[in-house]
Amino acid sequence: MSDTAVSSAGPTRPAQPAARPGAEAVRRSFSSPLASVFVIAVTVLWTIPTFGLLATSLRPKEAVATTGWWEMFVHPDLILSNYHTVLFEGSFGVSGGLMPYLVNSLAISVPATVFPLVLASMAAYALAWVRFKGSDTVFFVIFALQVVPLQMALIPLLQLFSGGAHLGGATILPAFDLSGTYVPVWLAHTMFALPLATFLLHNFISQLPRDLMEAAVVDGASHFRIFWSIVLPLCTPALASFAIFQFLWVWNDLLVALTFAGGNPDVAPMTARLAQLSGSFGGRWELLTAGAFLSLIVPLVVFFSLQRYFVRGLLAGSVKG
Amino acid sequence: MRTAQLADSAWIDTAIKLGNSLGAIAAFLAILLVVFLAAGLAAGRFQRPLAVLVFLGPAIVLLIVGLVAPLIRTVYLSFYNADSTRFIGGKNYGWALTTDSIHQVLLNTALWLVIAPLAATALGLVLALLVERMKHQAVYKSLIFMPMAVSLVGAGIIWKFVYEARDSSQQQVGLLSQLAVSLGWQHPPNWILSHPLNNFLLMAVMVWVQTGFAMVVLSAAIKAIPDEVTEAARLDGARGLKLFWFVTVPMIRTTLVVVLTTVMITTLKAFDIIRTMTGGNFGTQVLANEMYSQSFEQYNIGRGSTLAVILFLAVLPLVAYNIVQLRKERGTR
Amino acid sequence: MTRKPRPAPFRRRLLAVPAVLALVLAAACSNSSSGSKGGGQAAGPLTGDCSKYQAYAGHSGTKVTMYASILSPESDSLEKSWAEFSTCTGIKISYEGSNDFESQLQVRVTGGNAPDFAIIPQPGLLAQMVKSGKAVKPPAQTVANEDKWNPVWKTYGSVNGTFYAAPMSANMKSLVWYSPKAFQQAGYQVPQTWADLMALSDRIAKAGSGKPWCGGIGSGTATGWPATDWLEEAVLGSYGGDVYDQWVGHQVKFSDPKIIAAMQTVAGWMQNPAWVNGGIGDVKSIATTTFQDAGTPILTGKCWMLQQASFYQAQWPKDTKIGPDGDVFAFHLPAVNPAVTNPVEGGGEFLTAFSGRPEVQAVQNYLSSSDWASSRVKVSTGWVSANQGVDKSLYTDPIDKLSAEALTDPAATFRFDASDLMPAAVGAAQEWKSLTAWFAQGQAIPKVAADIDAAWPQ
Repeated sequence: MSDTAVSSAGPTRPAQPAARPGAEAVRRSFSSPLASVFVIAVTVLWTIPTFGLLATSLRPKEAVATTGWWEMFVHPDLILSNYHTVLFEGSFGVSGGLMPYLVNSLAISVPATVFPLVLASMAAYALAWVRFKGSDTVFFVIFALQVVPLQMALIPLLQLFSGGAHLGGATILPAFDLSGTYVPVWLAHTMFALPLATFLLHNFISQLPRDLMEAAVVDGASHFRIFWSIVLPLCTPALASFAIFQFLWVWNDLLVALTFAGGNPDVAPMTARLAQLSGSFGGRWELLTAGAFLSLIVPLVVFFSLQRYFVRGLLAGSVKG
Repeated sequence: MRTAQLADSAWIDTAIKLGNSLGAIAAFLAILLVVFLAAGLAAGRFQRPLAVLVFLGPAIVLLIVGLVAPLIRTVYLSFYNADSTRFIGGKNYGWALTTDSIHQVLLNTALWLVIAPLAATALGLVLALLVERMKHQAVYKSLIFMPMAVSLVGAGIIWKFVYEARDSSQQQVGLLSQLAVSLGWQHPPNWILSHPLNNFLLMAVMVWVQTGFAMVVLSAAIKAIPDEVTEAARLDGARGLKLFWFVTVPMIRTTLVVVLTTVMITTLKAFDIIRTMTGGNFGTQVLANEMYSQSFEQYNIGRGSTLAVILFLAVLPLVAYNIVQLRKERGTR
Repeated sequence: MTRKPRPAPFRRRLLAVPAVLALVLAAACSNSSSGSKGGGQAAGPLTGDCSKYQAYAGHSGTKVTMYASILSPESDSLEKSWAEFSTCTGIKISYEGSNDFESQLQVRVTGGNAPDFAIIPQPGLLAQMVKSGKAVKPPAQTVANEDKWNPVWKTYGSVNGTFYAAPMSANMKSLVWYSPKAFQQAGYQVPQTWADLMALSDRIAKAGSGKPWCGGIGSGTATGWPATDWLEEAVLGSYGGDVYDQWVGHQVKFSDPKIIAAMQTVAGWMQNPAWVNGGIGDVKSIATTTFQDAGTPILTGKCWMLQQASFYQAQWPKDTKIGPDGDVFAFHLPAVNPAVTNPVEGGGEFLTAFSGRPEVQAVQNYLSSSDWASSRVKVSTGWVSANQGVDKSLYTDPIDKLSAEALTDPAATFRFDASDLMPAAVGAAQEWKSLTAWFAQGQAIPKVAADIDAAWPQ
């Protein structure tokens, strides 16, 4: 997923006050009633499909099958029972609704966001401030790894998780019995997220003020101390904005979940369950849309509650060039 | 009584699951802390190598296991037959370059690669500029950004509903068809079948998802342009489009390139939209989806791997360009 | 590695005790799920209602996993059918249904993470799994149960002469759904021959009240499969079993004049603009209509007939009366060529094991028995077993009765769904795609045939 949010960021500058003459000039050049109309039109256009989803999920089955959702303005006949059915009723799912899957989604997403974040910031710090021979090359290789199609990594990773690693008869890594736990999903997500996370956080971390770092070294602080007490706190905005994107990505992922967690209610997330439902959606649009809308709520809450940090992370940045 | 017990066990279940997940994070951080403390004790000339090892080691190992090894394996398998038992040289590549249906796939992929990222970035840039002067800009930004929170599978479902077409004798349930009818088009086509239009309709979904992202990032970049720069340009008489084109765009070029690249990579890998909406039928297939289909539906690992390698090669120039840019930047720092 | 003590009630569920190593995040896991739902008769003989499961006892506290393409609500019935077995024996059967079953099974089996069981609907896919070397031969008891099946079913569950997978359900594909009420009102008769059927279609089309046929081949990533059924009906009904078998074996190619002619039969029937797509749209709309939705216009009189299998029964709304004098019912699709006697095309599902653990074998033995088949029939209608040990009087539903009779009729020319028998690269991929293109883009028949032939594995 696209997580470049932090790329333009660098912590050196404080947020600018809102009204600045320069920005004002560009802004004014583009201000006209026409521009407002354009923005409003796009906003409406962008919101309608999601609104249609919400509207459909609130309508009774017969209405959904025969008329478009905009008919609800003419015949407002809204119900909440679709949500009740999807969440709690056993007839809808094998073991009682979407609730366990919702929990699984959370239990998968949080660690799968934290792990790559921490590991990538460590790697980014090493590449930026503990320079060694070849550190540039390592950085570029990591960046290039973004383009490996993850579909190709599914089978080798599964083999590793289920069979362990062997090299010419010698066992490097024994097989852990991880099936039925979240661990394979966490690991897979961490691996796939690392290239982009490292790249983006490196952009940020490498722009930390040099004098600050040098002063810390003069004070006799070890790299570990610098990382823990200087780099991480300064990076918070960048970490927060990457965290949002990684969380959205993991929450919305289907392929990794399907492969490493399966549809087992013990571990499978919402997306896997929704995909199962959409397979049999002849005439069950109202339930499918309710489920889809439910899966939307958590990421929306996350985004809106972290939005402040997110914007701060971006605004703190300086422009390169 | 029974239901109470059930509810009880569901809560216990939830508590265990979330507890496990938080426990994992706590354990992870605790181990890191211990390693840090231990490694921090090392002094003298061991300190640097040890720091590199501790900081970089985990990421490198995970990357080798998760991406590098599979990549090498894929290249290797692309020279083998369907079940990887016989070396067949470049035959799979010959197949990919001479088969009609694959030509269509390559063409579609190229279209996606160029149009969706450019459209999303351009639209995002325009919105970023325009939204600045509006009141309540946070509302507009949030609403336009909202599709980012929708999974691509979910987006596919939402838009499938928008493109739904019914016979003209019936009431339309798809928004696009209804709109067409209201505007006086008596017999709107079955959108999803209308090749090549359907490709662009599918790309619209990707643009819908990615525009908000481009807008938010570019908006932040524009805000961060130092005032002196625009002020100086203004004194030189630059106005409106000129100011935008010769001052703003160059100032945010790096961000633009990174946004474009990320959206492109997302576009190339994203197969969920197509899988959900057409299953690759009606002339809308792209490489990522065809690769999955060849490998896991037609059980031809050789051909699937070949398509993966082609996909990899297709994005490589993009990455190379980015690296050159980065090198330049590093050189000037 | 840390291991956190937990209060007793927490212990019965999965506990991933995360222990993270610095290099590779690895975790030990005490998967102490005992899963048995109060079936505490682990030791000693089973008593009461459970005594009939004595043969499968001795594995209490174990768990087997099952993976299939069957989704809710059908999968709910499946789980109910073995609930008692599970409670009595203490073997928990963890079921997972997926609409990505075919591709995900391949991923998991090659990745070494195969489920204990897969319910495979395509003998072609079964052959693929056996070829991978991961499928496990059934225990002797399961093999013995196969005497209850028509011998031809045993061959569908076999690969290169070795028996692997016991058939579970059977479905009847050669059906045409219609509305007996509407037929009666309009004075139409159920056609007995292909010529009658064509004449009736023409008559309905000319009468102008709705089109005679509706259809839909949309089915997510499996879009196109209903069209393969139409072609198979045409091939079997035109030439009989021998040509059909040669076609399955690719001795008769798709580009063979015989198959081309069968495609033209389908084109004259389901691609006839005057005849389709009743209540939905034009010919092309068949490609975008899901097979589940295809029959809906029959209820409103906008469409008169739909060719779909017996399992289509589940798609009718709950309050639809199904029966010879109800809202909807089905008649046997007549043979294109009257010389072919009573062609019946069917499908089925095969229980394939990927493990030889004793509890897996116990489940396999049970699910291949007539006891289980009867149990499943009792749970809900819309499910037929070709197991001849099932008492026919258990079938209460008219469609189930019709299907069960046709499937066990010794005089019928019975053949299994051809696309399911063909190699997966053709039968579960290229044929779907090419036939979809045939309907959606009006591709020429010779090109469609040539494309499919080209995908046949060398």
